[in-house]
Amino acid sequence: MIEIGLGHYLTLGAVIFSIGVIGIFLNRKNIIVILMSIELILLAVNINLVAFSIFLGDLAGQVFTLFILTVAAAEAAIGLAIIVVYFRNSGTIRVEEIDKLKG
Amino acid sequence: MIAHAIFFYTFSIIAVVSAIMVTTSKNTVHSVFFLILDFISISCLFIMIGAEFLGMIMLIVYVGAVAVLFLFVVMMLNVAQQKNQWFAAKDSSKHIPIGLVISTLIFVEIIIVIGGWKYKPDLFDVNNSLSQTSVSNTHSLGQVLYTEYIHVFQISGMILLVAMIGAIVLTFRQRSGVKRQSYIKQISRERAEGVEVLEVQSNKGVKIDD
Repeated sequence: MIEIGLGHYLTLGAVIFSIGVIGIFLNRKNIIVILMSIELILLAVNINLVAFSIFLGDLAGQVFTLFILTVAAAEAAIGLAIIVVYFRNSGTIRVEEIDKLKG
Repeated sequence: MIAHAIFFYTFSIIAVVSAIMVTTSKNTVHSVFFLILDFISISCLFIMIGAEFLGMIMLIVYVGAVAVLFLFVVMMLNVAQQKNQWFAAKDSSKHIPIGLVISTLIFVEIIIVIGGWKYKPDLFDVNNSLSQTSVSNTHSLGQVLYTEYIHVFQISGMILLVAMIGAIVLTFRQRSGVKRQSYIKQISRERAEGVEVLEVQSNKGVKIDD
């Protein structure tokens, strides 16, 4: 309990990942919160990669965390741009009102 | 070691609570602020564990750029005041069991994996720590990043370029009725259409703007 090992960090990553998944499923407000949940999921993946990288002594995990950071930034920019365009066209970004594609 | 444990539990409790608040808070602006708090505490964890460079990059990129971008969009779209009840929305009740089941399933799976790893600790050599070397984290990361991973690095630069151009093209809007400077018109002006030479008669003057 006092000795902080790899398992603690992995558990933290698992908890944050699950909270992100819950946020995607239970969100009824707007799409921006869903994007934030995706950011949480990517953050959990980053925690896992960094913890493994430190505890196993391999730098590849940190390098790939850097690339995940890049891709997350790009994804946030594109996703927010799409949301802005959608809001300009249809006037709403609430999840339950976005039903043009009857999937 | 006890300080390590205290800091780990403090920051991870802050991270988990703020992650819960991101998904459940009613005001979207509060969600963004809790997301920022989450990023900050996770980057504190990174710095504490020995990945200083990633912790700092996380602060700069996520808190300084991504979260502020979220904040801009939330405030620009004026959706912060949508005071919907979280569970009281009309169509949401059928998603709650599915979401809970799937996320608990994922959580249990990950915990099973971690537990299996924990009860077979000789699977990897855990004691081989990076912090025993004299080279700093940033230095060693740079040595690896620009040699072994140079192609991936350049491809990530291309991803950023494409994302930038894509965001600009998506949100670009041609407005009508806005006066703009037209370089082509300015450059291609001839003397004949710009200047007129008149004969000025005395006591009569010249009429401009007729």
